Amino acid sequence: MKRILMTLPMVVVLILGGFLYWGLNADRNPNEIPSPLLGKVVPEFALDSIDGVGVDGFGSAELSTGGIKLVNVFASWCVPCRAEHGVLIKLAAREDVDLYGINYKDQPIDAQRWLAEMGNPYTGVGSDFTGRVGIEWGVSGVPETFIVSPDGVIMYHFRGPLVGDTALRDFGEGLRRAREQIGQS
Amino acid sequence: MIPEFGHLALTLALAIACVQSVLPMLGAGRRNVQWMQTARTTAILQAALIAIAFGALMRSFMVSDFSVLNVVENSHSLKPMLFKMAGTWGSHEGSLLLWVFILAIFGAAVAVFGGNIPLTLKARTLSVQAWITVGFLSFLLFTSNPFLRVFPVPLDGNDLNPLLQDVGLAIHPPLLYIGYVGFSIVFSFAVAALIEGRVDPAWARWVRPWTLAAWVSLTAGITLGSWWAYYELGWGGWWFWDPVENVSFMPWLLGTALLHSAIVTEKRDTFKSWTILLAILTFSLSLLGTFIVRSGLLTSVHAFAVDPERGVYILALLGVSIGGSLTLFAARAGAMEPGGIFGTISRETGLMINNLLLATATATVLFGTLYPLFLEAVADEKISVGPPFFNASFIPIMLPLVIVMGVGPFLPWKRADLPGVLTRLKWVAAISILAMIAVWYWATKGPALGVLSIGAATWLLLATLLEWGKRVKLFQEPLATSLRRARNLPRASHGMTLAHAGLAVCILGFVGSSAWKEEVVTFVETGTDVKIAGFDVQFQGVEREMGPNYIAQVGTLVVAKNGKFVTTLHPERRTYPVAQSTTTESAIRQTIAGDLYASIVEPSAESARGKWTLRIIYEPLVNFIWFGAALIVLGGVFSLSDRRLRVGVPKKKISRAVPAPAE
Repeated sequence: MKRILMTLPMVVVLILGGFLYWGLNADRNPNEIPSPLLGKVVPEFALDSIDGVGVDGFGSAELSTGGIKLVNVFASWCVPCRAEHGVLIKLAAREDVDLYGINYKDQPIDAQRWLAEMGNPYTGVGSDFTGRVGIEWGVSGVPETFIVSPDGVIMYHFRGPLVGDTALRDFGEGLRRAREQIGQS
Repeated sequence: MIPEFGHLALTLALAIACVQSVLPMLGAGRRNVQWMQTARTTAILQAALIAIAFGALMRSFMVSDFSVLNVVENSHSLKPMLFKMAGTWGSHEGSLLLWVFILAIFGAAVAVFGGNIPLTLKARTLSVQAWITVGFLSFLLFTSNPFLRVFPVPLDGNDLNPLLQDVGLAIHPPLLYIGYVGFSIVFSFAVAALIEGRVDPAWARWVRPWTLAAWVSLTAGITLGSWWAYYELGWGGWWFWDPVENVSFMPWLLGTALLHSAIVTEKRDTFKSWTILLAILTFSLSLLGTFIVRSGLLTSVHAFAVDPERGVYILALLGVSIGGSLTLFAARAGAMEPGGIFGTISRETGLMINNLLLATATATVLFGTLYPLFLEAVADEKISVGPPFFNASFIPIMLPLVIVMGVGPFLPWKRADLPGVLTRLKWVAAISILAMIAVWYWATKGPALGVLSIGAATWLLLATLLEWGKRVKLFQEPLATSLRRARNLPRASHGMTLAHAGLAVCILGFVGSSAWKEEVVTFVETGTDVKIAGFDVQFQGVEREMGPNYIAQVGTLVVAKNGKFVTTLHPERRTYPVAQSTTTESAIRQTIAGDLYASIVEPSAESARGKWTLRIIYEPLVNFIWFGAALIVLGGVFSLSDRRLRVGVPKKKISRAVPAPAE
């Protein structure tokens, strides 16, 4: 009995060591925390339109009908957003995807000027000046892009600009999986 | 040339450590005195060589020798001298060199000051210490050489992270390391005792000062880190239950348990295998900390150079040292018969409860820290464990500990009269309950746990003072008699009073600043008023100022209370052009009652120019934490200076104390 008791610390440490060894696996990135909203219906919200942009605002109602939607969180003050804007314009040109924009913590006048200058790929743009809706969506920085299913379920969440091969590959993969899941492809 | 010299010194140190890890151990087995005595020379030589290497690296930093890769990556010629020097341990390689340096210093210290330790035990201890040195020196030399050169030589360095350009960094890691690594010598003593197959009160007495020294440094190191995060990093808090904080806290918790169980082994010749186990596990947790911090295993707010390759090496080191020592423990510890027996109510029982609770608390923190890893491995789910878990699990374990802590020192060894002691403490209990009622009445909101903790802290503080008062017969005898009694008390006993009272003061700070903290985060423009905790704070805009290697945006806040001017605060936002990063310099109005803490961040939107994000926090009683921690450290130092620890062999008590007048 005593022997077993005295061996116990060693056994516990060995088990612990096994876990630690597993944890060293190079493919693992502990800092990558999946969005808690994945697989959930989009949060309840409604955003006002921005004057002079020429498209309507939108809310959970618009995201729960139609086909696959992309929701992009952007701001005129965000430099990476400028970088990914070209990619968004190409994406929006594809017929089967509607692109919506949440204009995050931005003055409407600045957003309007920005879209006029860069081109507007969005089907709907809503102004989230207070950042309230951004919080509901779990936005941690701009830009971020979500893939939403026809019935309004968040299927994929990409943080950061859609620029560069890795980002485009990951996002393309997310889009492909989303399509597969709802059996459209 | 000098970096190569440092590299050579390290290589030589490794060779010498190899000798030290074999020769004295064999000598102890064969009773060969000369072989055993080599340990003294090799331990000192080893420390000297590593000191040369450390000095060589530090010199490269001081003269900004940018032909050394490590200097390029972690320094800049424009940096103030103090931070150039501190840059020596600002990187993975440099901090590991410091780690090994402290390891060698502890070995040398035992060789020099351990004159009263029997030769065989000392030889074995130093050999075990050399095993650890060999492990880490080879790790340093083979995977993380700090003396690598770079060609062509860059014109200037990449700067050290400006966040780390603070006096806190200059002393926080070294102190923490002295604590962490200091437990290595206790570990070596434990393994040597297991090899020797004998643990007795004398062993516990030799080990205690080393444990105490490591524990004091660790306490100071953790406090300083917490203080640094609070004042310099602008985090607005002093503890976040982040993995990196937890891994420094676990050795502290278990080291505290060890400190107490070693007393029982020393005084009563019992708890032997438990004390040995604690000694092994405390250092194991230090090693685990080194591993977690450097392997990037868990997600953390603290950034370190991370490399899985190195992680495998440290894990292997961990496996050998912890696995090996625990195997030895499994084989040998069963044979250690318990010595003194004791009653259910006795000081032994009190210290046993202390140990059980501290061990449980350590296990809880360990579990919470590694749980995300377990879950990911087993269920492929990613989560993070934060303060709610630790607050809900850790505090309920600590509260009973604090209650027992108040009673424990009243209990004599072997058998105690609990009802008698409790009768003596009835006023303390009454005042604590009154304090709880008062706090509950005054603070209408806040968690019930906060009120309970205030009661527990009051209880501990008063009981500790009462116990000290009883021992010096305060107010029972003339003051002069009490003073003389206080002088004649062993220093360790004053140390205990100081440390226990210090913890009580700390708890007041912990509770006050977390349960009744107020926080406001808001956009402000020049002229905006913000109200918090009875203060009216007016934002009066931001001005640009130039610093030595940064540009500062200095905000002005005018603070008033009840219409009367209180103070102005100047939170800053500093931009370091070379490192291309920004830091927050918070402004704090410190008082005993609490800190008013302000920080500003520039608006992210171009359009919001002129607006700033202002964060104001009121943290009641937060300074009690630093004051209490200082008391704890002071208590440890007092205890360390106790004569009994320096005089090795228990001598017959010479009646130095003049017989006190009739009591």
